[in-house]
Amino acid sequence: MQYERQNPAFYALLVALIFMAVGPIVLMFANSFKLDVDIISGTSGLLFLPTIQNYETALCDVLWYEPEHLDFCSLKFGGAFINSLIIALVSTVLTLVIGCMAAYALVRFTFMGRDTVSLTTLMVRMVPPAVLLVPVFGLWNNEFCLDKEGLIGGAIRDTFGGRGDVCLAGTHSGIILIYVAMNLPFVIWILQSFIVQVPRSLEEAARVDGAGPFAVFFKIVLPLIKPGLAAAAIFTFRIAWNEYLLASALSDRNTKTVPILIVNNMSEFNVEWGVIMATGMLLAIPPIIFTLFASRQIITGMTAGAVKG
Amino acid sequence: MFLAPAAIIMALCLLYPLGYMVWGSFRDWNPSQTIGEAEFVGFKNYITLFYDPAFRESLGVTLTFATVVVAAELVIGVGLALLLDRNIRGMSILRTLFILPMMIAPVVVGLMWRYMYHPTVGTFNKFLKSWGFEGIDWLGQHALMSAIIADIWQWTPFIFILSLAALQSLPRSALEAARIDGATAWQQIIHIKLPLMMPVLIVTALLRLIDAFKVLEVILVMTEGGPGLSTEIVALRISRTATEFRELGVAAAMSNYLLILLLILTVAMFAITRLQEARAARLARQIQEEG
Repeated sequence: MQYERQNPAFYALLVALIFMAVGPIVLMFANSFKLDVDIISGTSGLLFLPTIQNYETALCDVLWYEPEHLDFCSLKFGGAFINSLIIALVSTVLTLVIGCMAAYALVRFTFMGRDTVSLTTLMVRMVPPAVLLVPVFGLWNNEFCLDKEGLIGGAIRDTFGGRGDVCLAGTHSGIILIYVAMNLPFVIWILQSFIVQVPRSLEEAARVDGAGPFAVFFKIVLPLIKPGLAAAAIFTFRIAWNEYLLASALSDRNTKTVPILIVNNMSEFNVEWGVIMATGMLLAIPPIIFTLFASRQIITGMTAGAVKG
Repeated sequence: MFLAPAAIIMALCLLYPLGYMVWGSFRDWNPSQTIGEAEFVGFKNYITLFYDPAFRESLGVTLTFATVVVAAELVIGVGLALLLDRNIRGMSILRTLFILPMMIAPVVVGLMWRYMYHPTVGTFNKFLKSWGFEGIDWLGQHALMSAIIADIWQWTPFIFILSLAALQSLPRSALEAARIDGATAWQQIIHIKLPLMMPVLIVTALLRLIDAFKVLEVILVMTEGGPGLSTEIVALRISRTATEFRELGVAAAMSNYLLILLLILTVAMFAITRLQEARAARLARQIQEEG
């Protein structure tokens, strides 16, 4: 492929753009390795003695040794990190499985057009999480409960303890459920645009060779829509991983996710910049890794949404 | 049968809650009651909100925020796309770096910008002072502008990437023809590229507009809605009404207002797109008949 030569001003512009896009992230990365004293006095940006003390403070509850500078471990970051991981992974897998089934059904046994699906997607995308806050809070606490006198509810309560009815609020599954529901339309929409491209004759050929419907789906269709799956997975994971508002309404002390932890520490009067930047960096690392390795899939997913739809 | 799980989850977790919310918005409801115990008050919540200056202000803030943000991002994003639509080395790296800001958690974005805007410690003021200027009170007097800048930083790449994709899928023949007829670069952009990109641009703008109404975490972390009500967008107000003031009924009514507003916007945008498509189809037919 031939590349055109451009004039130097053009490259200067490119460098400026890259600096603007990545600068704040690099700045945060650098600050997370500084002591608070260095951040506040901050003589020059890049000359400092890097320290991992902030990360030790943040991760103190999962470290195998006790950091010297800490008296006791106040920040339960490790636990929140694990919660976030469980919630994001489980909801991604669930969304993909359910979404895949639905998308396949919509394409192959059509009884609803693509227009309906894209309209639903748009409508669901339109609903802000803040709007879901009130009803979800109410429902998850009051309605979606197993009665404590009932059979299953009673059994769960006896095993895990606690008073009152067994409700969805405060459990991992409660948060996972709402994330799955929020992401489903988008995932179905993306996967549908990939499944449509799988030639029908291929499936029929497999069926003639004696493959059952499930074998056809798993051996023929699934490998062909891998890029679509990757894009959908990244988007779902990103939303589940980054979401703050609904998680804060639905979680309790033990199911806190990382964003909640950061916001809680932020609103306190005296901000410890170094530690908070370290937690922020830890939260940002998984999406950054995805972006660096799968940027093509992300771009596919984004453009499939707007350009084709 | 394959559809059943998806349909059940959507009905249970999206449709039912929305209906529940509409039902709840007619009640005087606080979090310790179940919805059945709450008193039915008719349209009282809606009427109170309508005359509530604080709610009106936050509605105004939301609208300003959304329009300014979308307009600025469209101009910058499309401009950059037109400028960078060239065959150069390293374009994919550039795109990768550009997506980073939108993949990072909004909470973290808020955190970064709060640090950079900090009156004494922050990067911007340090920079200004080292050049001998006065520091600016970013999150005080200019809080809304600062929030807008942060959002522009985070989401311009979205528009940039979509419009770049649209540009690169334009028919080469039209551009070739224009070049042979001697159209300047500007003429090409205004008469050919922009009109052909229009459908994508409208969808993109619509998606951004919808998302701009959902922004909450960045502003929550940066300013917590303050100072005063200057950055309290409706989404933030809903969550505060529900959690701090413990008035779920009012919060539900507020959510309904927001939802109706968004619905009107979406439908309007949809109608515009349809109209334009119809007009384009008619034009194409005319040209065919003449030719």
